[in-house]
Amino acid sequence: MAIDEIQKTLLRQVADLDSLPVGAYNIRSNGKTESRNVTANIDIVSKEDVSGIDIRIKPGTMHESVHIPVIISETGLKELVYNDFYIGENSDVTIIAGCGIHNCGNSDSAHNGVHTFFVGKNAKVKYIEKHYGESDEGTTGKRLMNPTTVVHLDEGAQMIMETAQIAGIDDTERVTNADLAKGAKLEIHESVMTTGEQSAVSKFTADLNGENCSCDIISRTVAKNNSKQHFTSRLNGNNVCAGHSECDSIIMDNAVVLATPELEASSTDASLIHEAAIGKIAGEQIIKLMTLGLTEKEAEEQIIKGFLMGN
Amino acid sequence: MLELKNICYSVSDKQIISDVSLTLNDHFVAITGPNGSGKSTLAKIIAGIVTPTSGRIIFNGEDITDLSITERANRGISYAFQQPIRFKGLTVRDLMQLAAGKDAKYSELCDYLVQVGLPAKEYIRRGLDDSLSGGEIKRIEIAMAFARSSELTIFDEPEAGIDLWSFQKLIQVFKKMVNETAGNILIISHQERILDFSDKIIYLKDGSVEMYGDKSEILPQLLSGTAGGSV
Repeated sequence: MAIDEIQKTLLRQVADLDSLPVGAYNIRSNGKTESRNVTANIDIVSKEDVSGIDIRIKPGTMHESVHIPVIISETGLKELVYNDFYIGENSDVTIIAGCGIHNCGNSDSAHNGVHTFFVGKNAKVKYIEKHYGESDEGTTGKRLMNPTTVVHLDEGAQMIMETAQIAGIDDTERVTNADLAKGAKLEIHESVMTTGEQSAVSKFTADLNGENCSCDIISRTVAKNNSKQHFTSRLNGNNVCAGHSECDSIIMDNAVVLATPELEASSTDASLIHEAAIGKIAGEQIIKLMTLGLTEKEAEEQIIKGFLMGN
Repeated sequence: MLELKNICYSVSDKQIISDVSLTLNDHFVAITGPNGSGKSTLAKIIAGIVTPTSGRIIFNGEDITDLSITERANRGISYAFQQPIRFKGLTVRDLMQLAAGKDAKYSELCDYLVQVGLPAKEYIRRGLDDSLSGGEIKRIEIAMAFARSSELTIFDEPEAGIDLWSFQKLIQVFKKMVNETAGNILIISHQERILDFSDKIIYLKDGSVEMYGDKSEILPQLLSGTAGGSV
């Protein structure tokens, strides 16, 4: 694989990769597949009608992983990619996605990804998605990322989704829609930090359709400078089910954070809870860390790091 | 050695601390006195959390009155909070590492937890958040003070907010700390059992030092009620 230093940095940031991963992978660079590996249980096929791939995981596949990082280092490149994941029944797999953009020019670069998961009966998936952006000094091109994730959880299926966008993405609109069958379980941990003039929108919708299904959404965000964030979560409780969503934000400087919880129950046995808290860093937390020898700035950084990474 | 010279502190014309002058150079000194006598404020003034209206603070010959909390911490002053602070996302390990220094090994951090009676494996990865009980987080606060090994460690009412069972253990932990720590300890307490193993006792009332001397001299007066107010 012929990738340069910038691309290596992006891969490290979004997928913790210093070399080619073990197991199945598909590395997409500047709009094309750069490198791919399939295994006996995991097949990856390019779509023919649109840009993107199908990832098919055989039933019963245990403890295997798929890496599908996307890196963009060409200024002005805009792409729309459809990736579909078919997770076979009774399998247990980890999928590591992520997108890194290095914009070296004055044109906007954008990655719009639509990921659809079909998680089979009693299958377990851990899905990790990191977004990262950087640019060359003096350039004005924005880094834009708009991921849509659609999750269909069959009976007894479980998915843990961890998403992180800590630095460098100017504008993002993240949409996650899920439907859950009987006994299915969805857990989402989202970490977002915005700085400068950045804007981040996050919209979650979960239809809790099956008996005894459950959904837990935990979003932790930090908004600095003049950035703006809007978090929306909608839980539709249509059966005996448990739904919980939590939005916790640290606000700094002149930032604006809006949290919009929506709960709709159409079953008397639906138990739905939403918690939202927006506030500045507690002064006593900074004082505590200063008594341990940290400066005020170091204390602030430590608190933010823990708040976001500990989610 | 810590010297307080004519420390005063007032808020909106209300005098909280009135002209307190003390020289502290003993291993274990307790500050006691009625609620509202200014004990916690005085401790916070020493740690740099509260700035005195007037007066000077001298630590090991250096005037530290104008130094920040961080600078005082780095010169060897530690402060354990009456109500330990909780953090979303930071773990017991994170805080213990900050207290012990970045070079401290994982095993050392575990040892400090064991010293305060907490099974390290069970606690080291836990969040320092609302999931911990008052007694648990208090012991972690004390473990952090152990880990800092400072020249002067200030404890603000370590017994506050914990149940009787935890208090028995707390006493044991403190006895151990007094015996094993080289640095000096300044502790605010209402508890006779803690005052009983101090070297010296300061009795504060209405923001002034009413008595300061050896435990053998002060404690009997406090217990007999001749000190002019309850402890």
